[in-house]
Amino acid sequence: MATTDLRTGSLERHGLSDEQLRDMFRNMLLQRQLDNRGFQLNRQGKVPFALGSEGHEALQAGAAMAFHRGHDILAPYYRDLGLCLGIGLSPFEILLSIFARADDHNGGRQFPNHYSSKAAGLMSFSSILAAHLPHAVGAAYAIKYRGETGRAVLATCGDGTTSEGEWHESMNFAAVHKLPFVMLVENNEWAISTPLDKQMAQPEIWKRAAGYGMPGRRFNGFDPIQTYVAVKEAMDRARAGEGPTLVEGTCYRYLAHSTDDNDLTYRTREAVQERRKDDPVPAFEALLLEHGIVTADGVAAMRQDVLRETNEATDAAEALPYPEPADLYKHVYEGAWEPWQS
Amino acid sequence: MAVVSSTNSTVMNNVEAVRATLYEAMKNDERTVILGEDVGARGNVFLITKDFIGEFGERRVIDTPIAEASIVGIAVGMAMEGLRPIAEIQFADFIYPSFNQIVGEAAKIRYRSNGEYTCPLVIRTPYGGGVRGALSHSVSIEALFYHVPGLKIVAPAFPDDVKGLLNAAIDDPDPVLFLEHKKTYRLIKGEVPDGHYTIPLGKANIRKAGTQLTVVSYGLYLHWALEAAERLAQEGLSVEVLDLRSIRPMDKTAILNSVEKTRKLLIVHEDNKFGGIGAEISAMVAEEALFSLDAPIRRLCGPDVPSMGYALPLEEEFMSSPAEMADAMRAMVKF
Repeated sequence: MATTDLRTGSLERHGLSDEQLRDMFRNMLLQRQLDNRGFQLNRQGKVPFALGSEGHEALQAGAAMAFHRGHDILAPYYRDLGLCLGIGLSPFEILLSIFARADDHNGGRQFPNHYSSKAAGLMSFSSILAAHLPHAVGAAYAIKYRGETGRAVLATCGDGTTSEGEWHESMNFAAVHKLPFVMLVENNEWAISTPLDKQMAQPEIWKRAAGYGMPGRRFNGFDPIQTYVAVKEAMDRARAGEGPTLVEGTCYRYLAHSTDDNDLTYRTREAVQERRKDDPVPAFEALLLEHGIVTADGVAAMRQDVLRETNEATDAAEALPYPEPADLYKHVYEGAWEPWQS
Repeated sequence: MAVVSSTNSTVMNNVEAVRATLYEAMKNDERTVILGEDVGARGNVFLITKDFIGEFGERRVIDTPIAEASIVGIAVGMAMEGLRPIAEIQFADFIYPSFNQIVGEAAKIRYRSNGEYTCPLVIRTPYGGGVRGALSHSVSIEALFYHVPGLKIVAPAFPDDVKGLLNAAIDDPDPVLFLEHKKTYRLIKGEVPDGHYTIPLGKANIRKAGTQLTVVSYGLYLHWALEAAERLAQEGLSVEVLDLRSIRPMDKTAILNSVEKTRKLLIVHEDNKFGGIGAEISAMVAEEALFSLDAPIRRLCGPDVPSMGYALPLEEEFMSSPAEMADAMRAMVKF
């Protein structure tokens, strides 16, 4: 396992270049800025809903680094802003989703954070947890069926989703058929208001892998390098035709579930503050500074650049129109549609 | 047994028609895969895919674990990534665990991705009663799904329609629920044209022309309605029997044209009455052709109970009969 230690500052690169390490850090900064932007726009009354991934930044920046653009397929869930940025979505595309503009990939139909982009290999998904996992497995079957090598499906979910029947069904089918499939669980300890001990008696999700006859491992999801190593190893196995893997990254959900949730009804501010001590964004920054991979000036410039990019994306997306009312009737089926045939 | 006739058609029952059509689809398109419970080594519980696994291999004829939600869900993923899956739910009663995958996912993939992703998927399933199928091998499910935009639903009654409509469903770029009435599987035989052909989804068919009453039905009850209409013909009463064939989309023009000719409408289906297919047809005709009617619309449907029972009287009481249909038709003609 990786030997990175964010507390002591030791760094094992696992082949990652300075540029890749900086890219991961920039992704983390961008996630936090865009998350914050969604909440700001909601509090300003400009958008009805926002949802953040704060606490998942390192995990997603690291996992995205193990994704091969143009080859792999991502089947994410709704708390995957950083992964989606990391596989190629732009802040502008994120803002189009937040503002529900006509040019959004979903045409303004879905909630924010429900990204979809066929060009990026990002599978459309709904808000119904685990429903996307059979889709991911079906896509993995298609890859194997066509004999395509060097491709795999990276599917993600939170700890909450692992209670769903379709989580089990998907894991089982992927294992039976030795599919190019990686199940990445982002364990942030909360299923909206329900803590882990009310979700499962045995809290180490990765251990379930043995029950499916596939390898499993757990890593510290606050460490982007450990995440990268674990996800890369699993994806390499999958791409090589060696079958699926369950990887579990531990992290924490710092924000409420969404702008419609008040997390103080089920956990204390102090408990969240305690976990903030492990916040992966300043920790990774300190590590990169200590090893001379970034400078203090470089970080300041990066923050400025991320803010500028977010502001430009916000202005550009906000200026664009909503879908037209007539768009409601499009894409029900191929072509024009009437349930009554005449 | 399939018998080749001299008119470039073959006599088949409904099982043979499904089987022959699936076989051709597998032959003609490498993207086609069949997945479901016991479709491989067992060749499906009705032997529809018998020997397919030997010819097409287990990568194309997939014996799935017993997990209906993911049978449909995996097929959705396959369809999103370029395959043309034909998923089978072994009995329609077992489709409930996959309800979300059909209603919440398959029917919405195109819509929610603004047309970026599509879901060309066929879900086949045997439905219906009259076979001592008890509580969980007898249900009709069409009304649970016909409310859902994004889905298409087909329920053919005759082998020639089975072939043409199944071919159309397989070619269709959107998800299609293909309902096969299991009592008709071996009971109903007919001429099936040779070669590839399709019948457009959403087109009804007048199986018997008449002038005094329109009867709209589908599935097993369509055959019983035809039998009842023949009895009335011997009494000198003329009944038109319309086979819906497709439930969503539904053929408004065919229904209205017939009703405007006969001025009376009876809808007959095995599924229970409340909120059933007949309710939508009645409402449509009331909206579009109320003043063409010479009698109140009538629906002869399954009783409003959860299911027929295993005990013979509990099945017989649930099911209608040609005699009961003939009585209803006679009363309406004479109204």
